[in-house]
Amino acid sequence: MESKISISNLNFFYGKAQALFDITLEIPERQVVAFIGPSGCGKSTFLRTLNRMNDTIPIADVSGTVEIDGENIYAPGTDVVALRRKVGMVFQKSNPFPKSIFDNVAYGIRINGIHNSKADLNERVEKALRDSALWEEVKDRLNTSALGLSGGQQQRLCIARALAVQPEVILMDEPASALDPIATQKIEELVVQLKRRYTIVIVTHNMQQAARVSDRTAFFMLGKLIEYNATQKMFTNPDEKLTEDYITGRFG
Amino acid sequence: MEYRIIDQRLDHLRDKILLLGGATEAAVNRAMQSLTNRDTELAKRVLEEDKIINQMELEIDQMSIEILALQAPAAHDLRFVISVAKITPILERIADHASNIAEAAIILNNEPQIKDYVDFPIMAQTAAEMLRDALDAFTTEDADISRQVIERDKEIDESYHRVFNKLLEMMIDNPTVTTSAAHLLFVAKHLERIGDYVKDICELNVYLREAAFIKHSPRT
Repeated sequence: MESKISISNLNFFYGKAQALFDITLEIPERQVVAFIGPSGCGKSTFLRTLNRMNDTIPIADVSGTVEIDGENIYAPGTDVVALRRKVGMVFQKSNPFPKSIFDNVAYGIRINGIHNSKADLNERVEKALRDSALWEEVKDRLNTSALGLSGGQQQRLCIARALAVQPEVILMDEPASALDPIATQKIEELVVQLKRRYTIVIVTHNMQQAARVSDRTAFFMLGKLIEYNATQKMFTNPDEKLTEDYITGRFG
Repeated sequence: MEYRIIDQRLDHLRDKILLLGGATEAAVNRAMQSLTNRDTELAKRVLEEDKIINQMELEIDQMSIEILALQAPAAHDLRFVISVAKITPILERIADHASNIAEAAIILNNEPQIKDYVDFPIMAQTAAEMLRDALDAFTTEDADISRQVIERDKEIDESYHRVFNKLLEMMIDNPTVTTSAAHLLFVAKHLERIGDYVKDICELNVYLREAAFIKHSPRT
């Protein structure tokens, strides 16, 4: 299995506080990797290092390398906008723009100038909505406000918005934690479908969700990577005692 | 270690399967005693108590399913529930073999006794020891003991062949014992099968401890 993302000896600091310690990890192409661990373990921070979302925090400091397709994204001169197009992100709380459904999905296509005609733009929007399993539910009201959608639909719209700019990697930070079980199931099914074409990294507090959707799971604690293993191994016979204690609920 | 809701359920499940294990062990021992001591009353008791064992199997099945559905066990917890769910029907089948031996004993006790039961006492003792050790190894999650018990299945198989040949000889030499010898052949087969089942339990003990499937793998 080819690596899409190679992280080597990554350390991360918020000012003087070190949040990640010497993380080394390979993320294989077109697989789903889940990050699990207690609150504050650094899993979201780590996720955000993969498309330099932490750059927006002034006191943040990084050492080590994150290579995507062999290129270190922290190398000087990296085009961060292009990076974030290639590595899309979906957040815990859906954050559609206060615009129409169509304009939400078209937004990234337009600002990046990806389309070459109105017809092409329409096609791209439809494709992104189909790929996020939302098209059938919204095709008759594309020009109504995205804020009128349900929570689950809004989250799938955000996924459509991320897909519309043709990323290669999708980072998901607890994408279903605010959704009901049915909407959650739709997101999970979507994740499994999307991995045919994308590399997906998902942070989740829901252990069963990690077990259901991911191929590999990484367990973090106090900023350290404790174990990284095939998901089926992790949930039936983890190598580390700490992992066993965490996934069986022996500590919070 | 923090208290978890699942712990209480798992403890309860452990208690239940140990009770089932004890009842099965008693059934095998009593069945063989009913035969060697020509104790028909004891044989009837084995048959009667098999109903309790069947009931225990159903209860354990139900508990295992509930834990899987409601507690979503993982890692060792998961392996424990799976092992229990797989060992339970094995114990129930061992108890069925004990019942079959008891039924044979009831018939044989009405026939003149064949002079000696050849290797039977050794075979029965080996089977009983293996079952006891397998259940102990389940409780202590001892993979080494389990592997040793698996090796002992060969002893039972060897005894079985000796008993089989001896009974055939008896039937040829003295056709009047044919009915009894035929029943004893079945008893020997039941003991041989019990050995196989104990081996299956030990394989699950290894799974519980090491998460390794040793069933169907070549012996080292």
